[in-house]
Amino acid sequence: MAETTGSHIRHGAEFSDYFRLLKPRVMSLVVFTAAIGLLVAPASVNPVIGFASLLLIALGAGASGALNMWWDADLDIRMRRTADRPIPAGRVTADEALQLGLWLSGFSIALLSITANLFAAGLLAFTILFYVVIYSMFLKRRTPQNIVIGGAAGAFPPMIGWAVATGGVSLEALLMFAIIFMWTPPHFWALALFVKDDYANAGVPMLTVTHGPEVTRRNVFVYAVILAPVALSLSFTEIGSPIYFAVALYLSARFAFGAYRIWRRSQDDALSDDFAVEKQVFRQSLVYLFALFAALYLGDLLQTILPIQWVELF
Amino acid sequence: MTDEEIKARQERNNIWVGACLIGVAVLVFGVTVVKMMSGHNMEAFDHVYRPALEQSN
Repeated sequence: MAETTGSHIRHGAEFSDYFRLLKPRVMSLVVFTAAIGLLVAPASVNPVIGFASLLLIALGAGASGALNMWWDADLDIRMRRTADRPIPAGRVTADEALQLGLWLSGFSIALLSITANLFAAGLLAFTILFYVVIYSMFLKRRTPQNIVIGGAAGAFPPMIGWAVATGGVSLEALLMFAIIFMWTPPHFWALALFVKDDYANAGVPMLTVTHGPEVTRRNVFVYAVILAPVALSLSFTEIGSPIYFAVALYLSARFAFGAYRIWRRSQDDALSDDFAVEKQVFRQSLVYLFALFAALYLGDLLQTILPIQWVELF
Repeated sequence: MTDEEIKARQERNNIWVGACLIGVAVLVFGVTVVKMMSGHNMEAFDHVYRPALEQSN
């Protein structure tokens, strides 16, 4: 971590700059997956408690985003994609981001322990610790496996949502975790293929930088293929449904086919069409996760109307 | 940036911070009401041993 704001003359930040420190786009994905985890769990939660818990999970995720921006300010300033973030742009100091992150972490964890339960609060604390210390401080700058292991941080929210409702974890929660865990590498490597220079300039050892695009392309395909059975296996648990199975089958096949196209392309092919396939698969991967979790909830909702235990058919 | 612009920005930020504080107060109040209505034990020992509380647990 380095001081990057010394040369800037600060006139005070807008509130929106502090909000941007919380990485609102990541927060929206966290809220969405945590909400699905909470809604499909086999225990009812009072709407006020559920809403407050999701808000606190979002705040915890935001806190880890602010701490990540504090630590990575020296990297962010060297990458086009992140150069306009509040710290490298000189609108907020790194120290302010650190304080915001620490206060919000403590606040969200403490309040979640009261609002929901200690287990959910403990999971949230571990998630923040994992993202900031294990991913940001240790893995990100050291190993091309950064995104593989670090992906766990983004995979915890549905598990926390489940824990808010049930007070524990189960096979279903672990499978939701596994889906996001396996989805993260191909999602980020598809992105890294077309923003490779950014990571190289910043000295981040992404797979594209350390092992080259050919290895990265193969890995995108391998992970997309492994993701398919993980996603499908959730169909055969208590929270699975025919709708989820159909959606998971279609999306996984489409994602794996897109990853196959990435694998079979050379770097020259990609350069000639400005990484059209990579960009398309990256967008597909976002739709994949959103639609998969939406189908999970939809299937659960329909099962309350038509109480047929589809899992008993097997 | 002029002094007026800085002042206007600070005022906007103050309003946002105020709104966040009100939001937190409403959130804590709402959670407390729900917990009490759903029969959670909101009392605890306070310096003096209270057998009645122990029996209710």
